[in-house]
Parts: sequence; structure tokens; C-alpha cells
Amino acid sequence: MKISTAIEFPQTVVSLPAETVRAHQKMLKIAKYVVYDILRNRFVLAYLAFLLVVSMSFFNLESDPAKGMMSLLNIILIVLPLVSTVFATIHLYNSYEFMELLLAQPLKRSDIFLGQYLGMAVSLCIAFGIGVGVPVLLYDGSVRGLTLVICGLLLTLAFVSLAFLAAVLSRDKARGIGLALLLWFFCTILYDGIVLMGMFAFSDYPLEKAIMALAFLNPVDLSRIAMLLQLDAAALMGYTGALFQHFFGSATGMGLSFAAMLLWIAGPLWLAVRIFGKKDI
Amino acid sequence: MLHIQQINKTFGKLEVLKNIDVRFGQGQAVAIIGPNGSGKTTLIKSILGMVVPERGVISFAGKPISIDAQYRRHIGYMPQIGRYPDNMQVGQLFDMMRDLRNGDTVTTDEELIHAYRLPDIYQKSMRTLSGGTRQKVSAALAFLFNPPVMILDEPTAGLDPLSAEILKDKIQREKERDKLFLITSHIMSDLEELATDVMYLAEGRLVFFKTLEALKTETGEARLGKAIAKIMEQEGRS
Repeated sequence: MKISTAIEFPQTVVSLPAETVRAHQKMLKIAKYVVYDILRNRFVLAYLAFLLVVSMSFFNLESDPAKGMMSLLNIILIVLPLVSTVFATIHLYNSYEFMELLLAQPLKRSDIFLGQYLGMAVSLCIAFGIGVGVPVLLYDGSVRGLTLVICGLLLTLAFVSLAFLAAVLSRDKARGIGLALLLWFFCTILYDGIVLMGMFAFSDYPLEKAIMALAFLNPVDLSRIAMLLQLDAAALMGYTGALFQHFFGSATGMGLSFAAMLLWIAGPLWLAVRIFGKKDI
Repeated sequence: MLHIQQINKTFGKLEVLKNIDVRFGQGQAVAIIGPNGSGKTTLIKSILGMVVPERGVISFAGKPISIDAQYRRHIGYMPQIGRYPDNMQVGQLFDMMRDLRNGDTVTTDEELIHAYRLPDIYQKSMRTLSGGTRQKVSAALAFLFNPPVMILDEPTAGLDPLSAEILKDKIQREKERDKLFLITSHIMSDLEELATDVMYLAEGRLVFFKTLEALKTETGEARLGKAIAKIMEQEGRS
């Protein structure tokens, strides 16, 4: 068909860098609106308040900040993955209207999805940053305090990734949330049980290296080990603890655990983007 | 301008689109007609890239739409049921859409926003709007960026007579500006006023695609409604 001059078709050939910049701008804009939407929801504010109350009370109850940190760690390792997975899954399901609206616009699916991820991740990280980060750095601004905050932020990102993956795997909201809960249950409770059972079953064999490798398969364990080493609690764990200290305390070990956490964030997210890219809306 | 080549789509075992092959050009106003569940909305969603066909290619201005999303810049879409973020206010919705589209160098078309007096309800949240008011918002959004292609899924369903007239008037005028319109509706009198061509789908197949005039001559009926009824009857018998 002839293209008339009455309606102007913009030139499709645009230099690549400008195009890339514009694409990122779109993603950031989407993220901005997701953050607005989440803030209107008030759930994140409640989460922030909860974290703030818990961390303040632990630090005030314990005279030794290290002990307060230990108690706080235990709460964080349970609550943070739970809130991140459940809230992120529910929010993504509730955002289908919004995504439908965006899909009819000249926006890439990956930008829409990553914008959702970014908005969710930023909201939860801000809540954690203020709720836990500020009190921790206030009462104990040492390396171990910093480790706790970084671990918490990475863990939030990893569980939002897993939640988004669970949400794109199933069209049905209840099943998606169920899957997300299962993931949480597996990582925080079941996994340690299985590892412990394995340790008893094979207690005649030298298992230290295997246990260390198994830690990489669970983001919660990775964070826990990184934290326990900072709190000098590794000394209580005997030979395995010494080995952990030796490995995870070294620069290589730290680098590897950090890389593993990044993989836990990027892997599920990459998979989720791919699935979302081919999904019928 | 819009070329659909041999597309197929199945949902599970159900074949929703079977080898659809059509070409739409500027200045056409195509009425997409067919019984419920004949694949009209799936076809529209395929053109918009919301549904991904298993086989076949859809190209816009000569380029396959799967390459990049920028072709949607040239399409205005009014969905059958407009679903919007509940917490957002009407004004915020329009602001957001403008914000997401800035960088486009088109002049916006706010005629419908004013014709429907939408600024009066800018403070209302989307959740509180009635179905008809949502439709008005959808219509205003579809025309906002002055796109050369308009896809309207049941545009007048749910609108009061006055608002429906305003919309039809707008479509009529935009049609004269050499735009392409794809319209689905079950209201034959509306389509008769607006359409230049008729595309008939049944059970995912393209039964015919011809001009309104040709259809009327072939069936010997003066009115589109009668002509379509005749064809549906024949379809049912065969």
C-alpha cells in the first residue's frame, strides 16, 4: 500500500546508542510508576515499620550489639524471604491490568517486566534499608553490620527474582503464590533439614567440602554463613566451622559467595523475562 | 500497511486462528465480524503482539512485528474491556501515558478528552468508574497519540447513545484522514455507517474479506445486518 504524506511515519532508523538510552529510560519510568503504586498500597510501609521495631528492640534489649545482631539475623532470614516472595508474587498478579495497558504501547516486553522487577526491588530494598540498615549502622557501624545489610539487600533481590519466576510460570494466582511459598519453605526450612539428614546419614565420610558446596545451592544459607563468620560464631561449629572460616573468610570465598548471590538474582530473573516474552496476555 | 500471513494460534487443543491471511491498507475501515469465540479478539491481540501465534508472520509497514515494539507507536488500541490500575486517578493515567510516550514527536489529539468532559473526573480513581466511563477513557487514550492505525474492539458497547455518537463521529472524521481502522462489533448498524470492508471470521477461519458494496450486491441485501444474517444461516447449514 502507498503510504500517504498526510500521516507522518517517523524514521525507524535511529542510531543505536540513542535507542538504548531511550529503552532504559522507558524501563526506569515504568519502575517509577510501579514504586508509586506500591507506596499507595501501604503494605511496604508496614513491612518497614515492622523491621524498624524489631531491629530497635533487639539492639535495646541486648547490651552487646553482636548478640542483638545474631537475633536480628535469625528473624531476617525467615521474614525477609517470606515477605519478598509473597508480596512480589501477589503484586505481579495484580499488575496484569497495568501490564496489559503497557503492552499496547511501543514498549518492549522485557522493559515492562524489568521495570516491574526494578520497582518492586527498589521498594523492598528501601524498606529494608531504612528498617534494618539504619538501626544496624547506628548501633554497630562495623564490617559485620555492613555485611548484614548487604546480605539482606541481596537476599531481597534474589527472592523477588524467584517470586517473579513463580508468577510467570502459572497463570493462576493461587498456584503462583503457592509455588512462591513452597520456594520460601524449601529455602528457609526444608533445605537445612535435608542437609542435616545427609550429614547424619553419611557421618562416616568427610563431608566438609560437600556441605560447603551445598551452601551455594541456597541463597539463605549463603547469607547465613557469610553473617555467622562475621559474628565469630564459626568457632562454635568445630572443624566444619574452621573450614568455613578458612574458605568463606578468604577473598576467594567471599568473591565466590557474592558471585553466587548475583547468580541467584540474575538466573531466575533471566528465565522469567524469557518466559514472559513468549507469554500470551 | 498491515500484512497478516498464514497465522495459526491454538489455546491448548482449541484452534483459535486457522491460517488467517489478509492484508489491510490505509483508508480502509474494516469491520471484523463473527460469532462469539470466532477469534476476533485473538486476531486483534496477535496484531498488537499480546498473543504470539505459533506459525505465520504479521508485518507492519513491511517489517515483521516480532522484531521490535516500536511499530505499536503507530497503533491506537481500544480494548473490549479496558482494565486499568485501580489505584490510579484518571488524570494520573493520562499523565503517565504521555510521560511514557514522550520522545514521540506527534501532536496529541485531545478532542475526545474534551468531548467526554474527562478533565472533570481527573481526580477520580479508576476503580470508582462505571463501565461506560472506562470506555470513554479507553477511547480517548486510543486516539490520544494520533496514530495512523486504530484498532477498536467493541467500541460502542457500554457507551450511552450520545457518547456512542461522539465516538462514531470521531471515527468517521479520522477515517477521512486516510487512517486504517479495524473495528469489531456486534452492532451491525454501527458497522454499516463506518465500514468500507467486511471481514468475516467463523471458528478461527477467514470466511471472506470483501468490500461492503460487494457484499451487499452478492447477497442482494441492502443492509449489512441482513446480509450477515443470511451468511450466518448458510454457514450454519453447511
